[in-house]
Amino acid sequence: MTETKPKKSVTKPASQRPPAALGKAKTADEITRRSFFSWLSIGWVAFIAATGGFFTMMLRFFFPNVLFEPVQTFRAGYPEDYTIGEVDLRWKDKYGVWLVRNEEGIYALSTVCTHLGCTPNWLGLEQKFKCPCHGSGFYKTGINFEGPAPRPLERYKIILADDGQIIVDKTMVYQKEKNQWNNSEAFLKV
Amino acid sequence: MLENFRDTQFYKSIFRGGGVPKSRRQRMMVVLNSVFLHLHPVRLPKHAVKLKFTWCMGGLTFFLFLIETISGILLMFYYRPTIEYAYTDIIDLAEQVPFGIMREIHRWGAHAMVITVWLHMFRVFMTGSYKPPREFNWAVGVILLLLTLLLSFTGYLLPWDQLAIWAITVGSNMARATPFFGSEGPGASLLAIGDINFITMASDARFALIGGRFMGEAALLRFYVLHCIGLPFIIMIFMAIHFWRIRKDGGISTPV
Repeated sequence: MTETKPKKSVTKPASQRPPAALGKAKTADEITRRSFFSWLSIGWVAFIAATGGFFTMMLRFFFPNVLFEPVQTFRAGYPEDYTIGEVDLRWKDKYGVWLVRNEEGIYALSTVCTHLGCTPNWLGLEQKFKCPCHGSGFYKTGINFEGPAPRPLERYKIILADDGQIIVDKTMVYQKEKNQWNNSEAFLKV
Repeated sequence: MLENFRDTQFYKSIFRGGGVPKSRRQRMMVVLNSVFLHLHPVRLPKHAVKLKFTWCMGGLTFFLFLIETISGILLMFYYRPTIEYAYTDIIDLAEQVPFGIMREIHRWGAHAMVITVWLHMFRVFMTGSYKPPREFNWAVGVILLLLTLLLSFTGYLLPWDQLAIWAITVGSNMARATPFFGSEGPGASLLAIGDINFITMASDARFALIGGRFMGEAALLRFYVLHCIGLPFIIMIFMAIHFWRIRKDGGISTPV
């Protein structure tokens, strides 16, 4: 296919070859094997530090300082707005919270199923929360009794503001299995 | 005329090696010197083209990947990854955009690709083609399977309908249970100084995945970028290794 030309001799005449002793001469700007390796290790350390630093930046980049998420605290009106013995659905869509009033007070139930995070429905006739995804059932108190849910629904912090309105704070979560429902902020006595 | 054209600098600069290949060696060089052809083996054993042996599932998977790439790029001209527009843009793609079937091609192609990957894996297993010297390529194939499933998972969210939102809600909740890096996973409470816990709902593996504490705008955007840029980029690197190793490991395995 391609013709190969006869190779030219690359051997230089003896007069142009470097003298054998030249390699041993010590001049100021000469790079010895030792200094070469120390510079090489500095180079590697710098490279690894820079790479590691950038990967750290990349990791941190994915955790923003400001989240543009829905507000987690809201005012839910006055305790008189809620009927004793009923599950109130008015905040379900907007904030994902059921407010339940019983004889003693009000508690705020999370609408997140403890199985895999779907939203159960309140079935008034059967007096239970039923999850449409995998059939978990919860009593009005939020305690699980059927289906795959492993633990009761969570409750949110519920307190009274100075003006007498209810404040629900979703950043504070109380779990029954950790005995947190006894906390004074997990239940608003009326 | 054609002979004269072959002698021009223009032709020679594009097709190196010169001239019509006449010998076996020259034919080989044509394949090796072309960026497109060099992915192919220079010569194939007869059995390797038998459908009965290969099922052509690997080839079909690659074909479907190309379909997904082309149809996906076309969809990107209309789809906007925001909560406001995502769902309506998908409806628009089906009902208003010419050849609305493009979105269906992308969707069904994705389903088909998952199936062909599994069948390819099944064929490779049943013919014993995972055995040395091909064991490394099997491992690369497992990574490709995982990346295919991740592409499906990330694409699933993009229509932003109820099915998508809940599928990703459930799917990403699993990330909470990641050991050490999931807020509800084992060992997460160990990564703490005193009372300050480093792994919380706003700093765990699930957060990194969906960009927030709740399923929302950030999750849609993250999955969109992963689906369109991140994962295809990674899968193409592994595909290059996969195809290259097939040849380096001795081509398609021979029936015993």
